[in-house]
Amino acid sequence: MRVRVLVRPKAGILDPQGVAVEQALPALGFGGVTDVRIGRLIELEVDDPAQVDEMCRKLLANPLVEDYEVQLLDGAAGTAS
Amino acid sequence: MADAGLPTVEEAMALGLTRGEYELVCEKLDRPPNQVELAMFSLLWSEHCAYKHSKKLLMTLPTEGEFVVMGPGENAGAVDVGDGLVCAFKVESHNHPSAVEPFQGAATGVGGILRDIFAIGARPIAVLDSLRFGDPGTSERSRFLLDGAVSGIGHYGNSIGVPTVGGEVYFEEPYEQNCLVNAMALGLGEREKLVRSAAAGIGNILVLYGASTGRDGIGGASVLASAELGELSEDKRPTVQVGDPFEESKLLECSLELLEAGLIVALQDLGAAGLTSSASEMASKGEVGIDIDVAKVPLREADMEPFEIMVSESQERMLCVVEPGKLDTVIALTDKWEVHGTAIGTVTDTGQMRIFRGEELVGEMPVVALVDDCPLYDLDPAPPAAPIYPPPTATLDPAADLRQALLALIASPNIASRRPLFEQYDSIVQSRTVRRPEESDAAVLQLPGGRGLAVSIDGNGRKVAADPYRGTIGVVLECASNLACAGAQPLGTTNNLNFGNPEKPHIAWQLTEAVRGLGEACRALEAPIVGGNVSLYNEGASGPIYPTPVIGMVGRLPDVTRAGRLGFAREGDAIALVGRFSPALPASELARLRGEALPDGLPDVDIAAVRATQEAVRDAVREGALSSAHDIAEGGLLVAIAESCLAGDVGATLDLGACEDAWSALFGEAPGGFVVSGDPSAIARLAEHTDVDVIGAVGGDRLHVRAGDGEANATLAELREAHRALARLFP
Amino acid sequence: MKFGVLRFPGSCDEVDAQLAAGRVGEAVLLWHRDRDLQGCDAIIVPGGFSYGDYLRAGAIARFSPMMEEVIAFARDGGLVLGICNGFQVLCEAGLLPGALLQNTNRRFTSRQVRLEVVNSETPFTLACAPGELLSVPAKHGSGRYYAPDDQIDAMEAAGQVVVRYAPGDCFNGSARDIAGVCNQAGNVFGLMPHPEHAVDPLTGSTDGLRIFESMAMAAEGVRG
Repeated sequence: MRVRVLVRPKAGILDPQGVAVEQALPALGFGGVTDVRIGRLIELEVDDPAQVDEMCRKLLANPLVEDYEVQLLDGAAGTAS
Repeated sequence: MADAGLPTVEEAMALGLTRGEYELVCEKLDRPPNQVELAMFSLLWSEHCAYKHSKKLLMTLPTEGEFVVMGPGENAGAVDVGDGLVCAFKVESHNHPSAVEPFQGAATGVGGILRDIFAIGARPIAVLDSLRFGDPGTSERSRFLLDGAVSGIGHYGNSIGVPTVGGEVYFEEPYEQNCLVNAMALGLGEREKLVRSAAAGIGNILVLYGASTGRDGIGGASVLASAELGELSEDKRPTVQVGDPFEESKLLECSLELLEAGLIVALQDLGAAGLTSSASEMASKGEVGIDIDVAKVPLREADMEPFEIMVSESQERMLCVVEPGKLDTVIALTDKWEVHGTAIGTVTDTGQMRIFRGEELVGEMPVVALVDDCPLYDLDPAPPAAPIYPPPTATLDPAADLRQALLALIASPNIASRRPLFEQYDSIVQSRTVRRPEESDAAVLQLPGGRGLAVSIDGNGRKVAADPYRGTIGVVLECASNLACAGAQPLGTTNNLNFGNPEKPHIAWQLTEAVRGLGEACRALEAPIVGGNVSLYNEGASGPIYPTPVIGMVGRLPDVTRAGRLGFAREGDAIALVGRFSPALPASELARLRGEALPDGLPDVDIAAVRATQEAVRDAVREGALSSAHDIAEGGLLVAIAESCLAGDVGATLDLGACEDAWSALFGEAPGGFVVSGDPSAIARLAEHTDVDVIGAVGGDRLHVRAGDGEANATLAELREAHRALARLFP
Repeated sequence: MKFGVLRFPGSCDEVDAQLAAGRVGEAVLLWHRDRDLQGCDAIIVPGGFSYGDYLRAGAIARFSPMMEEVIAFARDGGLVLGICNGFQVLCEAGLLPGALLQNTNRRFTSRQVRLEVVNSETPFTLACAPGELLSVPAKHGSGRYYAPDDQIDAMEAAGQVVVRYAPGDCFNGSARDIAGVCNQAGNVFGLMPHPEHAVDPLTGSTDGLRIFESMAMAAEGVRG
């Protein structure tokens, strides 16, 4: 099964890339943009989607500083942490 | 072989061959080439691979000398540095890829030059870079290119653990459309363990290892991607190649371990034109034939056509020749380093390059025809009838006084501190770096046994544009002067000739004159050319770049603990102007700030006199007699002194005495001038060997200079603030 | 005194660390896929870009067979020093508290910094005076130390903040200018700056040698 994992910095953790993009957008004429956060998108083909949460906790994300969200791409409901 | 759907002459021309060249290919093959063959010929007969417009000129350059171990023609040149060790080095350009995508363009440029170094069996120990962009103050695009190129160089060098120890960057309007990204690498190897790229041993096996092969950079300059050639048009991919320094780091360690264990006969990296170029060059140098089975090449995309596999420029791949009995050991070692080797071909006695897909023969060409039979062209040089380059945009107030001019020069992007750039580079990994950037005119690396290597890379497009012959001599001299200030004697030279379209007579003239100056200067300095690269057709919509020969020079120091420094060090030291220095303002940095047109020609240079001064300075540095030594370059004498003040964090007071033209004396430029400081007795001893003019003393917290009726005065804090100008571009 | 320096694919500063440790004892390289610590008295996890720093710096290296041995060695009280990428690996492995995030300036930055020795009683700083400033180079793109505030309070109280950047020298945005921390037991220490690049007057300062000397003193003490 195709699974998508979204990893983003936890709320409250400074995200310098996000800040840079947030500051760059007004310079290009895009107003009204706040709270830009930049993370990672990981797509995997897995036999057992139930293992993905543990994969996230052990390797794909660092739970101290990152939140992750698992999306099952065939339309089934995902889990978030 | 099936000859259905043979490409037409028009398709051959779309790939960059001329009608005459296509006809010559047909003659060599005794039939028209098929798609695979045409793709291979068009690449090997391109300017990039065949040097067809520059080879005749390059053959005039001096390539032999006392220290030369490996000259042009191998993956990199090498010079003897004593104790059985050699220094391998080479500079190469990645201008066009960097103009498209500066981060990856520069990163893969570094990756490519590093592979050239370890392909001859030397461990890469340093990277330097030479960069040219438009004005970063006014051009958004130039800032983007600069930022991307610097991050890309840092990304690759830092990640692979090779220090970036030096470099140069200049900003001039003619580079606005066509930036230059040249990278130089140095390696250290044992003389007896160097490996050449000539394939040998009929029946030996070709092993490809490293990254898998994808459609990256097919056709390099997108020539192929835009051609309507068979199935090609269905998928026009961008030609940006993506570098993977992690893969290269494994490739490097694996290659050196293969060589150390004596497991391979020949080694070659895959660069421009990929497998086509690597395999053909190996066959040509070994005077053998090679059979390749493209079905065995590990692919990133399953549906690749044979010609795509042969011309792919996927990065981080190496090709080696292995005796059959050692194949299993070689494969096991590549597995250990996770760069999985695959046997893809064999060395034959046919003299033919034969390409198979499984059992099917899909291309067959004489190696000699591919590699050696590309026609070489005579240039048609003619000096330009009218100036080629518009005057630079004036940025300095015409009413500026000497002090304002000094501060404007110090803040010029061409002179301001490069700290915001080189701070993005790891300059100390491998624990050899004795002089970091801005500590000495040349980077200095320690060698075993207390000796040292110094290295510098230099260019000055504006001066070469004003006078290709004398300008190029000036660049070579500047490079050697930088070595002299570190205390080093030149051993050899590498060069990258960045020019416009050589089919235009005035560009052909620039190239011809520059190569004449290059050869003359290298001969006079006994610093022969051991390798290099040519990058032509560097033109934008608004015209050609300044002709930019970039010179890299490696020298050695007997005692690395005495490597020179550029900063003033002691209050009370005497400051001397050394050398027969005849400063002139035309084509100088000040002239650029004033918006003055380039002059038609530069003053004559007495190379022998400059060499004698270099030797005197070098010897004084080696004796440890001087506190500082700094070559006078962009911005002239006063800028050189200001730089020595800033590097040493101490002021200076100067009096040039009677002076007809203070502006020329303080800001004029010419080869062969040095600023040194030291104990007055040491300066007096130096005067026994060369022209020495004591002009002041080190001390205080300001730079004060009197020249005839003129006077300038700036505090260290003011100079430092001006010198930080580039930092604003890297918030 | 025998140091073992780990070598992962993508390590860069392992030979530098071996040379530096070699100034105060014996030093050998340990390949990531092996499991034999070769009787080493202390382990150094070196700088570089193990596994290309892909995913997150240090995230993949920590699962190598040799790291499993190092984790067990650390749990038994063995001395483990992580430098730069090695610090990141030790945090990812859970041997040290906190995480290292992208520098606030978003750039790889290489600069000589002054380190203030906050705790001179760890096995890694025994040879230093309290408050002493060490001149050592730092070079990294992801060196911003982060841990939750209350955790840092507790770490400070327990002496786990071992070195800080001197005022004005912290370019990466680290919480409370923290440059290096140890675990509660004090036998595992990680720092972003590179003491192994400050052991020879020819190539820089010699202040970094103090860290290796401290480790040798501590190991001898244990043995004696």
